Amino acid sequence: MYIIIVGGGKVGYYLAKTLLHEENEVLIIERDKRKCDLIATDLGGIVLRGDGTDSIVMEEAGMERAELAIAVTGDDEDNLMICLMAKKKFNVKRAVARINNPKNQHIFKLLGIDSTVSVTDLILAQIEREIPAQSLVHLLTLREAGVSFVEAKVPADSIVVGKRLRDLHIPDDCVIPLIIRQGKGVVPYGDTTLITGDEVIAVTTIAKEDVLERIFSGETQKR
Amino acid sequence: MKIIILGCGRLGAHLARRLDHEGHHVTVIDRNSDSFTRLGGDFQGTMILGTGIDEDVLRRAGIESADAFVAVSNGDNTNAMAAEIAKLVFKVPRVVARLYDPVREDTYHALGLMETVCPTIMGSDKIHELVMSPHPTK
Repeated sequence: MYIIIVGGGKVGYYLAKTLLHEENEVLIIERDKRKCDLIATDLGGIVLRGDGTDSIVMEEAGMERAELAIAVTGDDEDNLMICLMAKKKFNVKRAVARINNPKNQHIFKLLGIDSTVSVTDLILAQIEREIPAQSLVHLLTLREAGVSFVEAKVPADSIVVGKRLRDLHIPDDCVIPLIIRQGKGVVPYGDTTLITGDEVIAVTTIAKEDVLERIFSGETQKR
Repeated sequence: MKIIILGCGRLGAHLARRLDHEGHHVTVIDRNSDSFTRLGGDFQGTMILGTGIDEDVLRRAGIESADAFVAVSNGDNTNAMAAEIAKLVFKVPRVVARLYDPVREDTYHALGLMETVCPTIMGSDKIHELVMSPHPTK
């Protein structure tokens, strides 16, 4: 597969390295001479120096025969331009963009760039995962659809230990399709009893996240 | 009319002064506060320091009640993205973006979201016309 990566920083470099390893044909477009030299020394002549948002450079790179364009520069406006030009002008089937400001994600969506990776969101999610005080961890948020996939860990002292799912009064707009128990996936039913260490995966409307959070943090029991 | 102009360079400042002079409510956004000196001492409008592709900055500039949004910063990509946000998120009725690259202009024009102005093509057309004119003026 011919893949064009725009942006030869750390993300672009390691992406290229991995994709090359998987036997793809890869080209990196990068503006900075020093970065270009580094890539050329390490990975060979797979780098084109120039402005990857410029149509002439895109043409030179052979954008029209690329199957995938990946925009990983540090600027959202550049990444958006790259993806739009790749899709609309060069008919590239798939375009993936890195997003720095999470608020920009829906603008990309509205313009038909569906594959976006928000580094800020990823780091935030990781922080949530590392901080035990947070009872709900976001795995995936589909803002447009108003739905999110969350995970709730069940610690030993949790009031939900030993309770059946049906007794937790999960709201209507939430579904629990999966529990990770001792590293294995379990599809739960209403009478599945929660045990210490369970990782409960829930699909919920964003509006009902609070209710779910209260159930798993035990606040609903205190009233 | 309430008009927001992104970019206080030569074009942005000239347009801002002109619209201000005509009695419109003008707000200018630029990343560099030095640029605002181009507006001159008698400018009545508002100056906002910040980046034009940040929704919070655009809100601060009053985009929710704007009649028109003009993106004339020195970056095509910034102009295109700011104009998209103005149109798609804030539903500004009239949105114009300056794009230097004719191919980008073509692509964005085809999207039908905004009016686009390409100074490269306009300049080239005008110069072509002057050079090819059968009656040289001077």
